Amino acid sequence: MTTTGSYPTRRLIIQGAATVALLGLGNLPFAAIPALAAANDKYPEEAFKLKNEADAIKALYGRTAEPSDKVKLDAPEIAENGGVVPISVTTTLDKVTSISFFVAENPNALAASYKIPDGTLPGIANRLKMAKTSNVTAIVEADGKLYSATKEVKVTVGGCGG
Amino acid sequence: MAIRRRDFLKNTAFAAVSAGLPRLARGTETASIYDLERFGNARILHITDTHAQLNPVYFREPSVNIGIGEMAGRPPHLVGRAFLERFGIRPDSADAYAFTCFEFEKSAGRFGKLGGFAHLKTLVDRLRGDVGERNSLLLDGGDLWQGTGLANVMQGRDMVEVANLLGIEAMTGHWEFTYGEQALRDNLERFKGEFLAQNVFLTEEAAFNDAAAFDKASGRVFKPSVIREIGGHRVAIVGQAFPYVPIAHPKRFTPDWTFGIREEELQKYVDALRGADKVDAVILLSHNGMDVDLKLASRVTGIDVILGGHTHDAVPQPIPVKNAGGTTLVTNAGSNGKFVAVLDLALDKGKLGDVRYHLLPVYSELLKPDPAMAELIGRLRAPHVTDWAEKIATPDRLLYRRGNFSGPVDELICTALRTELDAEIALSPGFRWGVTALSGQALTMEDVLAETAITYPETYVQEMLGADIKNVLEDICDNLFNADPYYQQGGDMVRAGGLSYTCTPTAAIGSRISDVKLNGDKTLSASHRYKVAGWASVNGQQGAPVWDVVAKYLRSGRMFQERLGTGVTLKGVEDNPGIAG
Repeated sequence: MTTTGSYPTRRLIIQGAATVALLGLGNLPFAAIPALAAANDKYPEEAFKLKNEADAIKALYGRTAEPSDKVKLDAPEIAENGGVVPISVTTTLDKVTSISFFVAENPNALAASYKIPDGTLPGIANRLKMAKTSNVTAIVEADGKLYSATKEVKVTVGGCGG
Repeated sequence: MAIRRRDFLKNTAFAAVSAGLPRLARGTETASIYDLERFGNARILHITDTHAQLNPVYFREPSVNIGIGEMAGRPPHLVGRAFLERFGIRPDSADAYAFTCFEFEKSAGRFGKLGGFAHLKTLVDRLRGDVGERNSLLLDGGDLWQGTGLANVMQGRDMVEVANLLGIEAMTGHWEFTYGEQALRDNLERFKGEFLAQNVFLTEEAAFNDAAAFDKASGRVFKPSVIREIGGHRVAIVGQAFPYVPIAHPKRFTPDWTFGIREEELQKYVDALRGADKVDAVILLSHNGMDVDLKLASRVTGIDVILGGHTHDAVPQPIPVKNAGGTTLVTNAGSNGKFVAVLDLALDKGKLGDVRYHLLPVYSELLKPDPAMAELIGRLRAPHVTDWAEKIATPDRLLYRRGNFSGPVDELICTALRTELDAEIALSPGFRWGVTALSGQALTMEDVLAETAITYPETYVQEMLGADIKNVLEDICDNLFNADPYYQQGGDMVRAGGLSYTCTPTAAIGSRISDVKLNGDKTLSASHRYKVAGWASVNGQQGAPVWDVVAKYLRSGRMFQERLGTGVTLKGVEDNPGIAG
């Protein structure tokens, strides 16, 4: 599995880069992985650069997703810290090949995209950085089709009554 | 002002009863109000949001409590006459005074103060005594440890002692968390009851660092529930703490804990109680707030009754909510010790047959204070009361806080902040605690503290862009009026001294606030910087505590200034019964 994080998850990018570097050195124990990675698409640079969610989905997948209750998106209603919002996805769909996260109101909508190798349980938990209140959409690619779930996550200045 | 009402009251009540004459208004309620007809086999008493008010208080219920969308016109979003009509309460009755703002000042003179823990103790003991040993439970819904100067300096320890004497068997929390983990744990060591919260978990970092938790496997920091046998049946009490503690308050108080509504975890937990534990009833002791509880009740199955708090709504009857598994009753039991909720249950094997619910006002003039509790309260207060007894001002009008947009208490605080800190605009949080003072009643430092005593009282002055000020107003307004209750935090609108604006509650976030003006005439400019004072910031601040700023202002002999430029014009809610006519 290769991990591509952008704006929201710098640590993942760094880790990803480190892995690539190691592979570049021809580290033998990892020999099987480059083949797998090569089988997947290359780093979707263009999609990560786009501002708009619809554009990013199009650039990444070339088509649109249909909402599905088989995609379970777990996200808080109100973020405790907009800098690290815990968001996860699980699905009961078969033949999952990728899972991607979009934050519509972020400067760049595509937050993260994960390739799911054959035989892997399709579940991703990550933390996204959110600029402000926004819809968060998860897209699951399964058997060549796209399925989605969306939830609004509020990023608030805080303060309270009670 | 200083008419002693207690004797008058009792005489009236007794006379009316013994003479068999048509009862006077107050005689009707007072003679038999606490003699409840027996029902079922178990009794649960519920108090919530007492905000540490040890002695009886005046507390005016809101005249503005707007509900929008599905919440429009349904409890708890009814005020004044609309409330009285919905619940069939006579306008001239003591209940009208306890439950609504209707003719508050006039009625305050007739019916006196409510609450007080010594009075509460007498009533609780009586209500428990009526049903016999092992047939009752006493639950507290949180916000027990905060709201007075005494609770603040003692970090809630005073209220733990009071809770133990009162006999609280389980509680959940909200402001309790603002004392920080250490003080909270120290208090819980002393607390004889259980502190329950199914929705507080260790953060991943804290779990990794092996932080203390009730259950390391699930990461739950506190015990989620307790099963008690009452009336010969097993009843599960599940705790639901305020879901938004690290958002509504400085995160530094609870750095290791993460909250949330946690609907799914709750459902799993309730299913397990019903399945493996085979309990006969499930009660959720909740600090979600009433709108959140009503939504939760429609989605989570297997809960018989949600005993709710947080939003300080005194709702006389439970609201039934249908869901996929049946019906869940939702209650909210008011605030400041004004009420005791009595939930009588007819329990059967594996199910709850029927219930009776009473939300009883604690009329302090009808209840003899319990001597042991009165002694404890006196002992706890003694080291501090003399310091706070000095009279510092006598307001010429009724002082209250509660209301969606404004109240005289916060007007006074905002005026003090603007004056003392030389700011154009003052922001003060829309808290719902803080008691009411009658016109002409001298204010002491203790009274000032009862409106301001929090663990992050530091004031600040900062420059803010007009655009940012407007965004703050929009953001907080959405906490009140988001059409989805799960996105509401409870509490009321931030009070904005020096600003007037128009609010359209039914609009979407970002477009509710318009026509913002400074001092009533100058339109707020998005790109201009304004000097803004405030307190209770979720970010660390360094200024003097707000109570000192307010006291200094009052001591200078000033009080209300001309209400220049303050005021909110409401749009799109003209016929809403959440606004008193």
